Amino acid sequence: MANDKSRPGSLLIKGGHLIDPAAKINAPMDVLLREGRVAEVALPNKTRGGADEKFDARGLIVAPGFIDLHVHLREPGQSYKETIATGTAAAAAGGFTSVCTMPNTAPVVDTPEWVSWLRNPERAAAVNVFPVAAATRGSGGESLTDFGALQRAGAIAVTDDGKPILDDQVMRMALRLGAELNFPVVQHAEDTRVTQHCSMHEGPTSFRLGLRGMSAAAEAAIVDRDVTLAQQIPESRLHVAHLSTSDALKAVRRGKRAGHGHGARVICRVTCEVTPHHFTLLDEDVGEYNTHCKMNPPLRSATDREAILVALADGTVDAISTDHAPHAAHEKQVEFERAAFGITGLETALALAITKLHREHKIPLTRIVELFSAGPARVFDLRSRGSLARGNFADVTIFDPKKRWTFEAAKSRSLSRNTPFDGWPFTGKVVATVVGGKIVYRTE
Amino acid sequence: MQRLHPQATNKPARGSLLGIEHMEAKDILGLLKLARRMNPLKSRPLLRNKRVVLLFYEASTRTRSSFELAAKSLGAITCLVLSSGSSVEKGESLLDTGGTLRAVGADVIVIRHPSAGAPHLIARHLDIPVINAGDGMHEHPSQALLDALTILKHKKSFKGLHATIVGDVYHSRVARSACHLLTKVGVPVTLCGPPEFVPEVASTLAPGLRITRHVEEALRGTDVVLLLRVQKERLAGQKIRVQDYVARYQMTAARLKLARRDAIVMHPGPIIRGLELTSEVADGPQSVIMDEVRNGVPMRMAILARALGKAR
Repeated sequence: MANDKSRPGSLLIKGGHLIDPAAKINAPMDVLLREGRVAEVALPNKTRGGADEKFDARGLIVAPGFIDLHVHLREPGQSYKETIATGTAAAAAGGFTSVCTMPNTAPVVDTPEWVSWLRNPERAAAVNVFPVAAATRGSGGESLTDFGALQRAGAIAVTDDGKPILDDQVMRMALRLGAELNFPVVQHAEDTRVTQHCSMHEGPTSFRLGLRGMSAAAEAAIVDRDVTLAQQIPESRLHVAHLSTSDALKAVRRGKRAGHGHGARVICRVTCEVTPHHFTLLDEDVGEYNTHCKMNPPLRSATDREAILVALADGTVDAISTDHAPHAAHEKQVEFERAAFGITGLETALALAITKLHREHKIPLTRIVELFSAGPARVFDLRSRGSLARGNFADVTIFDPKKRWTFEAAKSRSLSRNTPFDGWPFTGKVVATVVGGKIVYRTE
Repeated sequence: MQRLHPQATNKPARGSLLGIEHMEAKDILGLLKLARRMNPLKSRPLLRNKRVVLLFYEASTRTRSSFELAAKSLGAITCLVLSSGSSVEKGESLLDTGGTLRAVGADVIVIRHPSAGAPHLIARHLDIPVINAGDGMHEHPSQALLDALTILKHKKSFKGLHATIVGDVYHSRVARSACHLLTKVGVPVTLCGPPEFVPEVASTLAPGLRITRHVEEALRGTDVVLLLRVQKERLAGQKIRVQDYVARYQMTAARLKLARRDAIVMHPGPIIRGLELTSEVADGPQSVIMDEVRNGVPMRMAILARALGKAR
C-alpha cells in the first residue's frame, strides 16, 4: 500500500485533457489533489485552491488511476520471479495505481494472516495492493476457505486462479457464500480434465508443431456452467478471469442479460476481463516454439481474437487485466512443453491498448480508459476509485496517447523478462502515475 | 504486425536439419541425390576426425544404429549420450547438456527427444549443426528423407505418384515429416484413419493433403502406402476399440489389391503384426519395409555430410 504516514501535500495537475468515463467527463480540466484525495476538478485555470506542487500535463491525457484485476506478484515464496516491491514498481511504470494479486503463491494465500502479510507496509509496495484470496483451502478445489475472515482481513475477492473450481457443488457453495458477503468469485475457466499435458491452443498451429492443444471448448464449458450456477443464486457475483474464446463470451453475454433482465432485483452479476496479449496475438505467433508466447489461457485463433475485439468495443468486457506472470529465464529457456505458463504485462498494457485497440481498431480512448479504471473498479467494488470525482482517492494516471517508443524488456522494473513484446514499437506511453496524491512514477 | 522476437537471436547453424517443413524442394532433392551416391560398404573418410554426438532422450533401434553406422562409414568419431545414466538424470537442463557436449568437442549433435521443439531450442543456443532424430509428435525428418529415397529407388521419379498414409497421424512425427516432404515434391497425399487419429485439422498441415475415413477409398489407385504404428495404449482412452480399428483400417492383402498393382507398402517400424497390417502384407512382395531400414544408412550419411559442409 502507499503507506507514507506523512501528510501528503497537494498536487495540481494542470493543462491536461481529463477522461473520466464514470463522471462522463472528456474535456480539458485541471485536477487538484490534496491529502490523498481529489479536492477539485475544474475548467483550466479555474481551480480555487492552491497547491505546493504542479504537474504540467499539457498535451497529455489525465485519467483515473488504472486498476489491474489480475497480477501475480509471486510473494510469498517465489521472490526470485518477482516481489511485491518490484512488481508494483513495474505496475507504476505501466500506469497502474492499484493491482489485485492472485493467491497461487507458495504457500497459497488462503488465510487472513497471509492477506494481512500482503498488505503489510513492509512489503514496500509502490501502488495499492488488493489481495485476492484462495477460494478453497490450498486451492485444492475441495473445501471453501473462510470468506468472511478473508474479507475482513482485506481480501477483495476469491479465486483458485491457475486452476478452476471444477466441482459443481463447490462452485455453487462459493457463489452462494460470495452472494451473502457481496464477494466476487473469480474463475480461471479451464476444464483441466481435458487439457492435461496441453501447452497451447488446439488448432492448426498445435497440430503443425506436434503439441497437444487446449480446446476452446475447455474454457467455454466452464464459463457456461458457472453462468448457469450464478443465475440460480440471487445476488451472486461471478467474474471470469482472462477470458480468451468466442464461445466463453457468448456465455458471459447470456449471464449479463439474465442479470439485468428480471425487474428491479439483481439476479446475479457476471463480469469478465481480457488480457492485452489475447487481443494482440494469435496461436500462430508461437512460431517455432517461442515460450514467451506460452501462457494459460493460451493465445487463441483469429476468430476468437475478433470476438474479443468486438466485445471490448461493445461493452461486454468489463476490464483489461494483464495476468502479469513473471518467470525466471531458466523456467522459460526449456523445452516448450516444460516451460512455465505466463508472461509479464504491466508495462506494456496501455501501449498495446492504444496501439492495437485505439489506433488499429478505432476503439475510442474514453472506452480504453474505462476498461482500465471505472470498469475494473466496478468489478471488485473498489469504493472511491476508478473515477476522479471530488473526495475520491487521489489515484491518477497521466499518459501521452501519441508518444512513440520502443519497449525494451531489459529495462523493465519487473524482476523477470518473459515478454513477447521486447523490441516492439508502440504508440502511447505512461508519463506519470500518482497514488494517493504522490507521484510514484515519472517518465525520464 | 511486427515480428515476434524469439528469445535467442541465434539462428540454427548451417547444415542443421530440424524439420522438413521449412526446407525447399530443391534442398530435399539435392539431399536425396547425395544419398544415392553414398555407399555404406565403401567407406569414404569425408568426416575424418569429426565428432558426432548422438544425444538420445528416447529409446531407438533403427535411427540410433543407422546414424552411428552412417557417421562411422564417413570416418567420424561417434559418442552416444543417453538421458539415463547421464547428468540429465540429475536434472541438468537441455541447454546445459548441449553446452557441455559442445565444450567436449562435438562438431554436430544428433538429438532424439520426447518433447516437440527440443532440437530447435538447442540449435538456437549452439554454433554447431543440430540434427533432429525425432522430437515428440513434431517431426522426424531423416525418416521422411529415407522414405523418399526408398520411393525413388522403386519408382524412379516422384512425378505422377500418389501416396496414402494410414494410421495414427495425430501422434506421429513420421507422418508430419512425410506429409511435408511428399507434398513439397509434388506427391498428393491421402490421410486415412478414425477422427481420433486423423483429426480434420490434419489437412491444414500442407497444401495437397486430403482426408478420408474409408481405407478402400484411400487405397484406390495409390502408388505408395505408408502405414503407421498403432499403439494399443493410445487406443485405450479413445472411443475406438482395437477390434474396430483392425476391422476398418488394417492393411490386408485383399485391401492392398485396391492400390495400383505396383504399389509399395512402407512402415517406419516397429511394426505390430496383426494390428496395423497382416504378416502377409508385411512379408509380401510389395513390402519395402526392410529397404527403408537399409536406406537409412546412406540417407543419414548424406545428412551428416551436408551438416559438416562435406556435401560434395
